[in-house]
This record gives sequence, C-alpha cells and structure tokens, in this order.
Amino acid sequence: MTGGDAAVRGADRIVRGMRGDWEAVIGLEVHVELDTATKMFCSCAVTKGDPPNTHTCPVCLAHPGALPVVNQRAVEYATRIALALDCTVPPRNVFHRKNYFYPDLPKAYQISQYDEPLAVDGCFDYWSGDEKLRCRIDRVHMEEDAAKLIHAGGETGRITGSEYSLVDFNRGGTPLVEIVTEPDIPSPAAARDFLQQLRELVIELGVSECNMEEGQVRWDANISVRPAGSSTLGTRTELKNMNSFRFLQQALESELPRQVGILEAGGTVEQETLHFDPETGTTTPLRSKEEAHDYRYFPEPDLVPLAMDPAWVEEVRASLPELPLARVARFAEQYGLSRADARVIAGPGALARFYEAVVAQGVDPKLAANWTMGEYLAHLNAAGLEPGHGHVTPERLAALVRLVADGVVSTSAAKDVFTKMIEERAEPAAIVAKHGLGRISDSAALGPVVAEVVAANPSQVEQYRGGKRQVLGFFVGQVMKATGGRADPAVVNELLQKALDG
Amino acid sequence: MVDTMRLTAREAKKLLVDGEVSSAELTKAYLDRIATVEDRVHAYILVTADNAAKYSTKVDREMQAMRGPLAGLPIAVKDNMVTEGVTTTCASRILHNYMPVYTATAVRRLWDDHVVMLGKTNLDEFAMGSSTENSGFAVTRNPWDLGTVPGGSSGGSAAAVAAGEALWALGSDTGGSIRQPAALCGVVGMKPTYGLVSRYGLVAFASSLDQIGPLTRSVHDCALLLRHIVGKDPRDATSVVAPAPIELPSAERLDGLRVGIPREYLAAGIEPGVRARFEEAVALIEELGGRCVEVSLPHTEYALPAYYIIAPAEASANLARFDGVRYGYRAADADDVVTMYERTRGEGFGPEVKRRIMIGTYALSAGYYEAYYGRAQRVRTLVRRDFTDVFGEVDLVASPTSPTVAFPVGARAADPLAMYVSDVCTIPANLAGLPALSIPCGLSDGLPVGFQFVGPAFSENRVLDAAHALEAAIGFTATPSLGGAEAALSQSGGAEAASPTGDAASAPPEGTAS
Repeated sequence: MTGGDAAVRGADRIVRGMRGDWEAVIGLEVHVELDTATKMFCSCAVTKGDPPNTHTCPVCLAHPGALPVVNQRAVEYATRIALALDCTVPPRNVFHRKNYFYPDLPKAYQISQYDEPLAVDGCFDYWSGDEKLRCRIDRVHMEEDAAKLIHAGGETGRITGSEYSLVDFNRGGTPLVEIVTEPDIPSPAAARDFLQQLRELVIELGVSECNMEEGQVRWDANISVRPAGSSTLGTRTELKNMNSFRFLQQALESELPRQVGILEAGGTVEQETLHFDPETGTTTPLRSKEEAHDYRYFPEPDLVPLAMDPAWVEEVRASLPELPLARVARFAEQYGLSRADARVIAGPGALARFYEAVVAQGVDPKLAANWTMGEYLAHLNAAGLEPGHGHVTPERLAALVRLVADGVVSTSAAKDVFTKMIEERAEPAAIVAKHGLGRISDSAALGPVVAEVVAANPSQVEQYRGGKRQVLGFFVGQVMKATGGRADPAVVNELLQKALDG
Repeated sequence: MVDTMRLTAREAKKLLVDGEVSSAELTKAYLDRIATVEDRVHAYILVTADNAAKYSTKVDREMQAMRGPLAGLPIAVKDNMVTEGVTTTCASRILHNYMPVYTATAVRRLWDDHVVMLGKTNLDEFAMGSSTENSGFAVTRNPWDLGTVPGGSSGGSAAAVAAGEALWALGSDTGGSIRQPAALCGVVGMKPTYGLVSRYGLVAFASSLDQIGPLTRSVHDCALLLRHIVGKDPRDATSVVAPAPIELPSAERLDGLRVGIPREYLAAGIEPGVRARFEEAVALIEELGGRCVEVSLPHTEYALPAYYIIAPAEASANLARFDGVRYGYRAADADDVVTMYERTRGEGFGPEVKRRIMIGTYALSAGYYEAYYGRAQRVRTLVRRDFTDVFGEVDLVASPTSPTVAFPVGARAADPLAMYVSDVCTIPANLAGLPALSIPCGLSDGLPVGFQFVGPAFSENRVLDAAHALEAAIGFTATPSLGGAEAALSQSGGAEAASPTGDAASAPPEGTAS
C-alpha cells in the first residue's frame, strides 16, 4: 500500500457538505444473547421456538418473594467475550437495578451492571476495506433480556395499530452481554464491518450462535458529525435496537447528511433517539433527551458483588481459541497467502478449520486457498451451507487439488469434477475415471485431432506459414475445444508446430 | 386442658411426646381460642382452620413417619411469606387475591418438619409501619389493651402469640418489625444476623435489611424455632452458612458478660416507665454476674434518617412489580397500559406504601442519588463501624426495645415522623445486619416493656444465652386480659372485614387512597 492509497481511503470517510468537509463519529452498544442452558438468574431453560410461556418460574415472572441467583456459566461466557476484546477484568463487579415500567419487564427493573461492570478498557481490531482499524471498548457487562412482546391485531406487527399485546416470558431472563464501544468508528461502512467481525469473534468463542433472525445480536448506534480533522465531539443521535447490518449502514448513511445539513444551516442537532424505517430509508424521532428515562440505577441488594478470582480469569483466558485477527496473520505467514485471501479464509472460524483440514492432506496451500475461496465458497453460498457441511469434505477437496497439481486434470475439467462431486457424492478420482475427464497427454491420441484441426482450417495454415506465428494460439484453442479442454497444452503445442512447420 | 395463654412450645412438645395431648387437640385449642377472641384482636388475615385440623390429624396418624422436634406443633405465619396454595396478601389490596405458586424457604423448612400452620397474620401493608394500622384489611389490637396498637409491622404475629391465638409465630424485621411488636405485646422476638435465614419467598420490603425471625413465649422457644429455619439457601444469594449451629440456651448466670449501654439510646425520648423497667433489668444483669458499662455509638442519630432513605429506595424498586399485568389486583377498563399501571397502583396501595415509594423514587433520582442514597449508604457504613468498635469492648449491647409502651390506636397515624421514631432503638441493628432480640422486662402502666440485646454478627447463641438467663431473673409471668375491648370496638370502624380472599376477584379495592 502506498501513501496515496491512505489518502483515497480517508476520502471515503469524508462527508462533503455545502460549506466544507465533515466526518462521522460512531459508537455502538452491542447486545449478545448467550447460549447458556439456563437463564441469567433462574434455572429455566433458554430455548428457541417453544410454545410461549412454557419456560417460566417465580423468579423470571417476578412473583412476590422470588430472588435472583447468578448463572455461573453466563459469567464464564461473558468473561470469554471480555478477554477476547482485550479488556481488564477487575477483581469484583456489581449488579445494579435499572428501573422502568414496561410489560416485557416483569420486575419493572432489569438487573444489569452500571459503574462496576464485568470488564473495562479493551479494544477490537477489525478490517474495513484494506485497512485494519482499532476500536476501543469502553466496557463489557452482564444483564438479563426482557420478555418478548407480540403486538397482535394490526397489520405490521408493530405496536402502532395493534389491538392488543401478548407477552412471551420464555425469553425473559436470557443472559445478555452488552459491549459498549468508544466513539471510534469512522464511517457507516466501518460500523458494518465492525459488527460483522465482532459477530464472527463471538461465534468463534462458542458463547453464542449470534443468530440474526432470532435477534441474538442487536445493537444501538450513536452517531455525530464534526468538521473533518477536528477532534471535538458533536451532539449525537441514537438509533435503537437494530439487528440488520444493511439497515444499520443505510440508517447511518441517511443520518450523516441530515446532521451535516442541520449544522451547515446554522442549527443544532437535537440529542434524541431515532427510529430507522427501511421502507423509506429515513430516520424519524422516537423521543428527545427531555423524555429520556431516569433509570434510577442502584446496587441490586438481592445479589452480592461478584468476586472474580484472578486465577480463574487466567484459566478462562488460556481456554480462548485462536482469534480471527491472529489467525489471518498466521495464515498469511504460514501458508504464504495474500492478506486479502487470508482474511477471506481465516476470518470465519469454520472456513478456516476447513481450509486447514484440506492443507493437512499435504496439498499446495496456495492452490488449496484458490479452490477454497473459489468453487467451495461459491458452493456454500449457493447451497446455503456453513463451512464444513455438505458433501465436499476436506479430504475430497484436497484430492481434487492434488489431481490439478499433478496435471491429471486441467483446471477447467476440475471444475466439472467439483460439480459432479456434489451431484454424485463421489471421490474426485472416481469421477474423473467415470466421466473420462482426465487430461490427454498422449501424442497418439492427440495426433489425429491436431491433423483434423489443421486440415479444416487451410486459410489459417496459410497465414501461419506466411509468418503470422500468433495464429498458433487459434489452433491450440481449436484443439482444446475439440477435446473438451482436456488436452495437455504443452503436447498440443508440440504436435501443432510439427504439423504446421513440417 | 391446654392453656394457650401460657403454654410454651417446649411444654407443648412434651405434652405431645408424653401422649397427653394430640396434635389435633393442640391445634384445636388454638383454633378455638382464635374463634373466641379474634373478632376483638384481628391478629389474622386468614385462618386456615380446615387445613390445620386436617394436617394435625395426619401428623397424629402418621406419627412414626412424621417425627421430629417440631412435628405437630401449630404456628402462625406473617402474611408476607408466600405459601403455596394459601393466599398471601402482605395486607395489601394489590395482592388481595394473590395465590402463590411456591412456598418461602423458611416456611417450607417448617412444613418439612411437619409443623401445622394455623393461618397468616396481619401486618402493616408490605411491612411498612410500626403499629399494624397500615394494614389494608384490619387494624390489629394489642391484647394488653385493645385500645392500643400491637406495634408493627409483625403486629399480627405478636398479638396472636400474646392473645393465646398461636403457640408461636414467624415475623419479619426490616427496622424493628419483630422486636418492637414483641416488646409492645410482651413476647419474645428475634431478628437474626442478616443472611442467616433465607429471604426466598419473603415478599421484599427492603432487601438489604429484611430478615425472618421468631416471635415466641420464651427465649428457649425462640432458639428452638430459629434453629429450624436457618441455613444457606441456594435460592437466596445473600444467605450464608451459619458458622455454628443454633444451640438451645441453658445459661442461668451471666458471669463475666460485658454489656454495653449506648448512651445515645437513652439520650432522649425514652418514657420514664420504660426507662425504669430497663434499669431494673440492667441491675439484674449485674446480680447475675454481668458487668454493664456505658458505651457510645456516635452515629446513632443518623441511623434513623439513613434508614428512611435506604429502605424506601429499595422498596420503590421491590414494589414496582405490582403492576397488574401478571397477578394481583388490576384496575378495570383502562384504555392503555400506562393508565392501567397508574390506576392499579393508585387504587391498590395504601397511603404509607405510596409515601415510601415516592420517597424512595425521589432519593434515587438523577441529581439526588448522591445526596440521599449515596450519603445514606455511607452513614450505614459508619453505623456498622460503631458496632464493630463497641464489640471490641463489650460482648453485647443492651437498650430498651421501644422508647414507649403501646400507644393508642390512631395516636400516631396522622404523624408519620412520630411513627418512625418508634424504631429508633431497633433500626441500627438492621443497618448493621446484627442479631437482636427483645424480651419482656415488666409492665409500665399495665403495658409490657421490651428489653433488647444486640450482639456481633452470628453471635445468636451468646444473645440467646444471655436473654435466657435474664428472662429467668426477670420472671415475667403476666398475661394480657384482652381488656379495653369496648373502647376498641367503638373505634375499630370497618376493621372487621378481615378476610380479603372470599370474593377477591370481584371486589376491587375501594377507599384505600388517603
């Protein structure tokens, strides 16, 4: 990369106003539902798709007298996230009550954390375009999810226009981790990249499947603008409770010019919470700062402060898997891959594991990378499969790569073999044999084809013999066409030259 | 056959073991007594007579299988401990029809010991009060003078034991709610060390202060009941493993015991009659070989205001769940959810509960938190440190339990501050989480006076032993006459509508707003 590239990259982030250049300042609060067996403060099962209100108890229904007890596994999972984000885990953390009335919150307070969270002061490095960015992490804390409201009797499923609302308490009390970033994210595209790569990290940690459809990952984004190059912070607006990467980027991209427009017209941005409507692509105010809740946080007296044994924290740290960013660096180094290729393969853990299983068969890592990123990834996307699933096993892909490397099949024939591996669920060698897809290097077999091609194209023969040697390529192409791409180009060249020169 | 006015649990157990009385007969004696005097005392919100009769018969029949130190003994339970299948109201209209789906751990332990539950006793709504006048259903009367209050908030449990309507009872104590009514009704009451008894199923008033404890006719019974309800509960994160089992007290002398009398407790506001009985008890301690010295708990004067920030703050959150959505009273015909919340809570809560929710909400509000809640927590730390310092010099601290004897019904109802001062001697032990016990130490103008011991954390055995020796020396044997009934009846108004459970669903609370 050259200095010029940096300038170009920087230019992507500039928002051009009527009176000058502006830049975005974006921070995120990300909520992740943990895949623990039981809820955060009771022993009800955490489930998906079960009939409503079948996993409830006095604790998660907030019956009189019921008390919370902390789920130790949830603490462990949250600690894994905190350590993977390079946070400091203080020797103790404290749960607080966050008070507000809503039918999805049966205690009328959420047990969350406030001024003594599980972890603080971390950072997360992520790729945006060709650039590695760092976002500081303010805090990671634990809390419980609210129940699910179903607004019925309306057309949209939203509360506006509905006739009544139903509450499903199955989700109520599910362990949540909240990750709060510093306002370090420089563009809507970077926000999207951050979230996608954070999601990959959390999946890698084995603490949440981060299923988007089920809302296992949700986030609030806050955004402000400032004159390009300035280090001040402007008044921010907040986009609440989003769970689509695309809508996030769209919402931020629509909010940026709105704020710039206000400021350039001499106005001030109101601190408010906005709702993004994907239909219109615009944001509308939900509530202003004056209407903001006073949550009246205070320490949860039903729980004692959690003491975090440093030895235990170190055990958790030692148990962390290799994280995506480190793996990208290792793949580039160890397998000689370009940075871009390494990011594609080593980012998602499942694909990285598949690739390493292919390489473990002793095939050329670069060739294996090309096949993994090319045919294999296309196949996964087309079939909607996760890496490692389906009929293309690492062993079979490695066998195919070896056939190509050894010259047994041509690259183009190998693509046929790959397609048939999926259709026929068979070994590549068997497919090559069955369909006669092997490379033809035998002069005796290719001789007649060459002769046929020469005989069929007298004018090109004349051109060639008249000194236009480039026409050789035409003949090679004709032979390849006649052999279905299976002819060995070196042998064909040799035979053609003999036939034409002779 | 059974003198319910005098019988102790220890004696009752002996009668059962000796076969002189069956559990059914014992239980019936209390149910008969309830039938005779309850319309004057109003100790109970709900008498579970049928269940008690049936269960006691079962205990008699299955005596081999249902053995144990408490098997077959009847008990009354304050109606802020949830009991599966038996309505639990907290004396609040907002829970007038609430049927619990589980049982509080402390009660469950007694049920597992085959104790017979007589019913659920009255209290100040959600345990907020010192007179049991704040009940949403009835005003409990003091059996010593039916024109006076029994104290509170466990006034129903204390009055039931004093009036012979219960052999013993469970209460809860947040700022004196066991000890003060025990003092005013002439019975023994103990608040254990915070964490010793599980709070699971105790409807929370102020979570960091609430403790369940016994109200009994003797210190021995107090220890006996306590030892069966203590213990770490996996469902209560604040419960602890007791460092030592609760022993049945046997001390007759107090040789070498150092007792500190905090000068701040006696500084002002102690009635002369209360002071006289207290000083007589102090003299008895010396006669028994103990040494009484004056000590100082310098932050005492700040304890009461700190308590009246911390307890309402916690209560404001604890009582937020009563919103009409899932159980309890719900206001009818509200157009939207916020209106439903407001009307449900406006109609369901009584004035004292509303007052404390508002105080607590205010104290936690943005901009006020540090000045109120933050400062109150620092005072709490200082109060705790006062005790730590004093317990470096003395073994126990002693004081009157209440500055006054029972006061007339209505005397303080209009003046919340006068009511709050009732707890000035009891609140510090809650703030510091310490064990404290009240025993009767005589009468003043015919009304009982309470003597309080406070000990270091987990010193229950020391407190019980000292109280046991002193109890014997005091020799308090007087019993209430249930006099003053005519005066009481003429004042009691609509208090007879005791049972909230009958036509609960169809009866929206009315006239509960102040």
